[in-house]
Amino acid sequence: MRNSTKKNEYRALNARKLAVAQRRETLRVLALSFPAIVAIFAVIAVPMGWLFSLSFLDSSGQLSLVNYQKMFEYKSYLRVFRATFNVSFLTTFLCILIGYPLAYFLSQAPKKYVGILMLAVLLPFWTSLLVRTYAWLVLLQRKGLINNFAIDLGIWDAPIKLAHNLNGTLIGMVHIMLPFLILPLYAAMRRIDRHVLQAAANLGANPIQAFWQIFVPLSLPGVVAGSLIVFVLCLGFYVTPAVLGGGKVILVSMQITAILEDQFNWGAASALGVVLLVATFIVLLLASRFLKLDSVMFGKS
Amino acid sequence: MRWWHSAASETQVTHGQRLWLYFLSTIIMCLLIIPTVIVIPMSFSDSQYLEFPPQNWSLRWYNEYFETPRWVGATITSFKVAFLTMLVATPLGVMAAYGLYVSGSRVGRLLFFIMMTPMIVPVILIAIGTFYVFGKLGLVNSITGLVLAHTVLAVPIVMIIITSALSTYDLNQERVAQSLGSTRLRAFFEITLPQLKFSVLTAALLAFLTSFDEVIISIFLSGGGNSTLTKQMFSALRDYIDPTIAAISTLMILLSTGLMLGLRLFGNTSAR
Repeated sequence: MRNSTKKNEYRALNARKLAVAQRRETLRVLALSFPAIVAIFAVIAVPMGWLFSLSFLDSSGQLSLVNYQKMFEYKSYLRVFRATFNVSFLTTFLCILIGYPLAYFLSQAPKKYVGILMLAVLLPFWTSLLVRTYAWLVLLQRKGLINNFAIDLGIWDAPIKLAHNLNGTLIGMVHIMLPFLILPLYAAMRRIDRHVLQAAANLGANPIQAFWQIFVPLSLPGVVAGSLIVFVLCLGFYVTPAVLGGGKVILVSMQITAILEDQFNWGAASALGVVLLVATFIVLLLASRFLKLDSVMFGKS
Repeated sequence: MRWWHSAASETQVTHGQRLWLYFLSTIIMCLLIIPTVIVIPMSFSDSQYLEFPPQNWSLRWYNEYFETPRWVGATITSFKVAFLTMLVATPLGVMAAYGLYVSGSRVGRLLFFIMMTPMIVPVILIAIGTFYVFGKLGLVNSITGLVLAHTVLAVPIVMIIITSALSTYDLNQERVAQSLGSTRLRAFFEITLPQLKFSVLTAALLAFLTSFDEVIISIFLSGGGNSTLTKQMFSALRDYIDPTIAAISTLMILLSTGLMLGLRLFGNTSAR
């Protein structure tokens, strides 16, 4: 009798000791991430916090909302925000339009050829974005390859302005963003169970019906994930529009640097930055709702 | 002709009926590749204007690149920064990914998402934010500041690669090693790390390329004698189309595709 209570006591003691050891182990393992967290804190959290507080100071250093008021009062700010959203939407839309057929083709191709065919997406993906922007600048210029080619073929007869405007910006941005759409979309399409399509055909759906009613809805999570990445990257995009836009396309990121370079107005630049950051988070938040909703829907059906 | 009439999909569409898809996809693939590699032949032209195909082939722009101290200095800076970023970001990322994955706790998952923020925050904001804060600390125009900022951009990439490698790795092997008397540290270095070495190598190279190709932070944080190659290129691009950049672009394409292709081939052979 006494012996067994002793045993239980030891057992409880042992369990408690083990739990403590387990907790200590978890903490020790978590501590491994400490250096990386410190680095991220120093480079992301501290500067963002600083910008946030700067955005509430006017030029004399007094607490005020003047930087945010300006955004509503001046038409130029509104134009910049509208341009940013328009360019991001258009780029995302064009990426889906061009990327979907290619992702579909790649997902249908035999596995042994995909490794080679995929290089068409990976090669641009690996190449520096500055290099690709430069290539487009060269291709689109007045005496560039595309103008010469089109004139030789008689498509148009005088050189037209392709770079340094909205068209050039969109062409460059779509080319740079396409891999970000195609890669997740391809992965999503590969995950689709082919038997579902066979079943659809067995039940009398013709290929077009099977594609639009079965394949496309099942690939939608991939489309959403890919276009989300593209859209968010476009919102803060700087290099390509700055080089290919030639000052005609002014996005939020360029307005921020312009304010810093011309007026050295940290308050106004920070306020724009805060709005850009908040807009990015809202898009991600909305999308995460939508994505979760999607998986719930597909899980049930 | 059998291929023509054979089924290409589960819904019995034949290859012949699918020809339009193959045609369209070929065009899209050309549109993706050609603008990426077109500067390579163009860089060997001897004309002041970049032409395709070049009428006279020469190495003029490569000479120009290697003989301009401004370009050479910037290249050395870029290599230095990228190499240091790789050396710092890889261990930080591997440690964090391992720690958060192995802990298996809710805190770990939360921290993982928090550590992905450098991928979400627009880089332009990181650039001006660090420019302001590092300015107060005297880190602007210094290699240290650049390496720190680039490290933070590279850490999430390293973490994603290592976490996905760990998810297919059997951690019980470490427990076995420990039960046989090894310390946890030794188990990690002698059992886990050798099996993850390909992922660690991939992560390190991506960290290197992330830093080497980064433009916006470099524009703000580097300057004077410590300008990076991308900063020099960007400021040269805004003024006029300097053919020297075509030569530099060619070398950069060869560097990144060479590294990534080599890695893929190496990965394929080591997997067999």
